[in-house]
Amino acid sequence: MTQAEIGDYFLAERLSDDATSGEPSTPSPRRVWRRPRVGRGVILAIAAIYFLVPLYAALDFSLKNIQGHFSLSPLTQIAAQPGFAAAVGLSFRLSVVTLVIEMLLMVPTVIYVHLRLPRFRRVMEVITIMPIVIPPIVLILGVLQAVRPYQWISASPYLLAVVYVVLAMPFVYRSLDSGLGALDLKTLVEASRSLGSGWISTMWRVLIPNLRSALLSASVLTLALVFGEFTMAQLDLWTTVPVWIYNSSSNNPHVVTAVAMMFLIAMWLVLTIIVSLDRTHRRGKGQLS
Amino acid sequence: MTSNEVLDTKGPVVAVTTTKEGAPVKLDRLTRSYGATRALDQFSLDVRPGEFVALLGPSGCGKTTALRMVAGFDRPDTGQILVDGADVSHVPAQKRDMGMVFQSYSLFPNMSARDNVAFGLRLRHQRAGLRRQRACQLLELVGLAEHVAKYPHQLSGGQQQRVALARALAIEPRVLLLDEPLSALDAKVRAELRDQIRALQQRLAITTLFVTHDQEEALSMADRVCVMSQGRVEQIATPSELYAHPSTAFVAEFVGVSSRVPVTRHADQVELFSKAVAIRGDAPDAHVGALDALLRPEDVSVRVDESGAGVVQHRSFLGATSRLEIGFADVVIKTDVRSSDADLYELGTRVTLDLAAHDVLVTPRRLPNSLS
Repeated sequence: MTQAEIGDYFLAERLSDDATSGEPSTPSPRRVWRRPRVGRGVILAIAAIYFLVPLYAALDFSLKNIQGHFSLSPLTQIAAQPGFAAAVGLSFRLSVVTLVIEMLLMVPTVIYVHLRLPRFRRVMEVITIMPIVIPPIVLILGVLQAVRPYQWISASPYLLAVVYVVLAMPFVYRSLDSGLGALDLKTLVEASRSLGSGWISTMWRVLIPNLRSALLSASVLTLALVFGEFTMAQLDLWTTVPVWIYNSSSNNPHVVTAVAMMFLIAMWLVLTIIVSLDRTHRRGKGQLS
Repeated sequence: MTSNEVLDTKGPVVAVTTTKEGAPVKLDRLTRSYGATRALDQFSLDVRPGEFVALLGPSGCGKTTALRMVAGFDRPDTGQILVDGADVSHVPAQKRDMGMVFQSYSLFPNMSARDNVAFGLRLRHQRAGLRRQRACQLLELVGLAEHVAKYPHQLSGGQQQRVALARALAIEPRVLLLDEPLSALDAKVRAELRDQIRALQQRLAITTLFVTHDQEEALSMADRVCVMSQGRVEQIATPSELYAHPSTAFVAEFVGVSSRVPVTRHADQVELFSKAVAIRGDAPDAHVGALDALLRPEDVSVRVDESGAGVVQHRSFLGATSRLEIGFADVVIKTDVRSSDADLYELGTRVTLDLAAHDVLVTPRRLPNSLS
């Protein structure tokens, strides 16, 4: 008996029970199963249209020349655009610095809260929502005012990385929180310590390897945020990729759209590679079939 | 270096070497409070080298707190923990050299069974080849030679606890701490692992502290059992002594089965089933007032008697024996009969009880009426 047959069998049983219990007559099993499928299909189609149509429009626009004909020239011209390489380099450096500060700050903090201050988790949740609640423009203007007397900070692009750490905090906190929630943290830490492991060794050898998926998803979200953030970089007068796109959009809109598409695809590729590596790693350990 | 040969219950003789003898452990008047709750109250315990001591008591009696203090996961407000004569009260857990098996599955999910067992050896900078060899040897010892490469989620609960035991033994601890390691397992696996742990402990001669709320586990495994209540020691004794000569009513009622029966006192004797019976142990002071006798099922015998005062209220099959609950006016007394005779005692059958014991344990009365 196949699974479908088993499903039909149980459904038929249920229907016959309904019939004998005097319930209103129910449609045939095939009808019952088809309805949700149709519903799911419609929902998926609407979602696909919602997400794919703008992407298709952008892709279509980026593959046309000024005359409106199909052309690969917007793609081939990307590298030659003035300021493009510098913007990519800056965004890349900012994402690396943001990621390092974020992880050094958040991983021990979230572990400590889970382990020693579990009651503080609710407070942490509220605190980590603040960067979403406070508009980025308010945040960056406040930061710029605060650091104005300190030239060495205000003149550095890495001030943005520090602010991005705050901005990425909600996503990183939630990733780590759910990752830690899936572990018996207290027991693992105590087991490690009873075997002679200190705190750093316990973090490095036991906890971080078991937070691998959570750390990966936090990293991807942080990268996406840094490469996509516009307001703060613009107000701090640094030309990151989004600022470059904005500045160049009036000169060559087709190339700029091609850059945006390229970054979208690159992010998607990075995400796919990371997820694939994680799945391969977990499959190697028998955690996935 | 000493060498012990250990007979694995599932395999051949496995040679295991240990470099450390079990150490004596002394807990000296430990006190620990959490807010208004006193988890340990002047708790003292001496454990001899190589001895297996079970801490037994109901939930909240402080047994796990005491074990966690020995492990170094908690610190006493007052009192000392001495291991091999040295005060370790303020030594961090990772420097105490103690192996611990936890109640919940504590294997590191990112490591195979072999890597889990080798973890402590890695921290002690043993060479990779040696620690792999040692880990495999210990896994063979606990009957998991075929599972060395498996990850925790690929092992059953019993297998995981055996790996945890091997991991705790790998570091050749001075003291082995077992925090209800069997409580999450099903009955059959629990019984198997219980025997295995005891056999290993005896042959490796490791000083062991075992926390449990299961009296059967404590009585069957330990050299001595420390019964705890409200953060204090009620009695420390061998399992047989604890059962036969409980020093307090709490121990008598917590360990084994007992029925509380109101009695009338006459000097050093009490009147029970219309007979004068000696009081076991020290008689309570005269001013204590009314007393109850605590009767084990084997302290009384039962016979069918149509004019008897007792009525069979409940019967449960326990295997070779069946337990009867005999109801009188105000009390219920439990006794055992051979299961082959159990059919004589249908529910509602009138019976008479006779006292089979020469003496009885008495305690201040809890029930309002006397039966004697």
